[in-house]
Amino acid sequence: MRLAVFADIHANRQAFSACLAAARARGAERIICLGDIVGYGADPEWAVETVMDLVHDGAIAVRGNHDNAIGTPSETMNGAAQAAIEWTRGRLSAPQRRFLAELPLTQQEDDRLYVHSEASNPARWRYVEGTSDAARSIEATDAQPHVHVTFCGHIHQPALYSMSSAAKMTSFVPTSDVPVQLLGGRRWLAVIGSVGQPRDGNPAAAFAMLDTATREITYCRVPYDVETAADRIRANGLPRWLADRLLEGR
Amino acid sequence: MAKPSIEPGAELDGFAIGERVHQGGMATLWSVTHPGINVPLLMKIPRIAEGEDPAAIVSFEMEQMIVPRLAGPHVPLCFGSGDFDRQPYVVIERIPGKTLYDRLGDLPIPYEEARVIAGKIATALADLHRQNVIHHDIKPSSIMFRDSGEAVLIDFGLSHHNQLPDLLQEEFRLPYGTAPYMAPERLLGVRDDPRSDLFSLGVLLYFFTTGVRPFGESETLRGMKRRLWRDPYPPRQLRPDYPPWLQEIVLRCLEIEPVWRHPTASQLAFALAHPDQVKLTARSERLQRDPITTVWRRRFNRGLTLPKPKSDVAAQLASGPIVAVAIDTEEGSGPLNECLRVTAEQLLATLPSARLACINVLKLGRITIDRTLDEEGNNKHIDRLVALRHWASPLKLDESRLTVHVLEAIDPASAILEFTGVNQVDHIVIGARQNSMMRMFLGSVSAKVATEAACTVTVVRPPRSAMALVRQDGRKPKAIEAS
Repeated sequence: MRLAVFADIHANRQAFSACLAAARARGAERIICLGDIVGYGADPEWAVETVMDLVHDGAIAVRGNHDNAIGTPSETMNGAAQAAIEWTRGRLSAPQRRFLAELPLTQQEDDRLYVHSEASNPARWRYVEGTSDAARSIEATDAQPHVHVTFCGHIHQPALYSMSSAAKMTSFVPTSDVPVQLLGGRRWLAVIGSVGQPRDGNPAAAFAMLDTATREITYCRVPYDVETAADRIRANGLPRWLADRLLEGR
Repeated sequence: MAKPSIEPGAELDGFAIGERVHQGGMATLWSVTHPGINVPLLMKIPRIAEGEDPAAIVSFEMEQMIVPRLAGPHVPLCFGSGDFDRQPYVVIERIPGKTLYDRLGDLPIPYEEARVIAGKIATALADLHRQNVIHHDIKPSSIMFRDSGEAVLIDFGLSHHNQLPDLLQEEFRLPYGTAPYMAPERLLGVRDDPRSDLFSLGVLLYFFTTGVRPFGESETLRGMKRRLWRDPYPPRQLRPDYPPWLQEIVLRCLEIEPVWRHPTASQLAFALAHPDQVKLTARSERLQRDPITTVWRRRFNRGLTLPKPKSDVAAQLASGPIVAVAIDTEEGSGPLNECLRVTAEQLLATLPSARLACINVLKLGRITIDRTLDEEGNNKHIDRLVALRHWASPLKLDESRLTVHVLEAIDPASAILEFTGVNQVDHIVIGARQNSMMRMFLGSVSAKVATEAACTVTVVRPPRSAMALVRQDGRKPKAIEAS
């Protein structure tokens, strides 16, 4: 089965539409959404509605910190993020807000674990910034029935970590469109780049595909109409920095 | 799931297991067959029992990732693999014959034979590097030859793929590999420079032509680290008849700093294919190692030994292409040759590691037996070489970046195609002949080259104003064909 994994959509309609089309063109049979459906971007109603429809049709979704902040205001968010959350909250309907609040923090399917930030303490929203963070997340999955690969987002920069049977770590910045076999002898943490607000210097929207038969993961980048997404942010009076950063992917 | 047993007569994923061919420290090799596969096959199974070398697992995992992606005549083809959750294995084509290790008893071998062998290995490395893979364990026992002559590289357990996770990256405190052949930068943890393979090939070439390993056989880290500052004895000190061109090539491969080696394996193969055109520097004549002051400077100059930022293999290869320019030396080719020179100049200006091969075809008659001398007794071949050097002189290229070649052939296009194929040329620059009478009789050389070449071809035409001048001489202007 071919899975399409999306993280950090952030209410970017242009980016998410382009990624969904690209994933379908690649034969995606199942959709995974790793949270942060809203926040930053100017189309939260559309984004939540789209994910609700996908979940209705069998997709898996977990809750991100921005989704969480709609119902439970966060004290740790920066000003621009906080302003976008306040604005978003007023735009969403009650059923949409309830949908976000009721999303689980983690979901497991076969030997795959889905979580927004990382697996050691999903409600703390820690970033995976290097091999030691990745090792903590992978070690935390020891307690659960066999987890071969954990998928997460949150940091908006794609990466792929592995832990060998001798607990040695490797890190890797994936090359777009080059499949990597997630070897069975080690455990993996696949950090998926952001659909709606990439921060690795490449403004193209990011997602990943996993072929469960061959265990190959392919990181993908999709160019999309960044100008329109940025214009929508400015037109809705959201902080201008949120529009500018889309153009540069930072 | 129960672990399948591996013994003669057993079957695994459709592969019938035959005799055990080899039992090594890292893996066991079995001869296997599969209905529908007609080439001889080997199944490689890692040794992963308790107490075995942990490197066996990681190097097997690297092979599991890399080998199925490799293609071409210089690697064994892969026919299947199994993962650790059941029985890890890879099935590869069995290359008949022995590895180059078998020749160790014959060392030193004749210079000409060593040149041919090293050229084949360099060609194989070029093909591997183009597939984003650095071998990292080039030594006699990793090299075999097909009956058709091509070198085949085997054993990818220590290799690095520039687009895949490097599992050896953090696994071992010490660099893993074969000590006598390991490039100095590997001792600093650098795993992404394809020129490390050129160093190892240099060690092999030195060993095969002198019978002595340039850095000894020390396996200790301390002993290995000496190569970061201490250069080997020049081969001429060991063998007074050592050809200067060969010493030039060998010592360039063994440069401590990768940037002083040949920029790419293709360029090394080119040098080995044209020994008479190797630019001889002070390296070629040396009889002594570097003075102790130089060695101390290297040893205590930390800047030289700091790891470099991560490099991109594909980008590095692309910065050092072999560019061939086909030059016509006939009367009246002046304007076109000027345009060819401008185009070549622009290409070389952006690619400081590129090398330029100027080629000219001395056309032989189909029926008549050509004489090497023209009517006035001049040697046509030499005249052409002189003309090519004259054409290239305004480019002011360092001689190590320039070679000139006169090909004698009946069909110029085929000769150019053969030269560029054999020498792994990356980019051909060729002029389109505007003279319609010539084209009518000879066909378009550039059209055939552009259609059939395996690399990029730039077809150059004189600017429009220059063409208009040609037409004023009364000939009917012809439509410009896609020459």
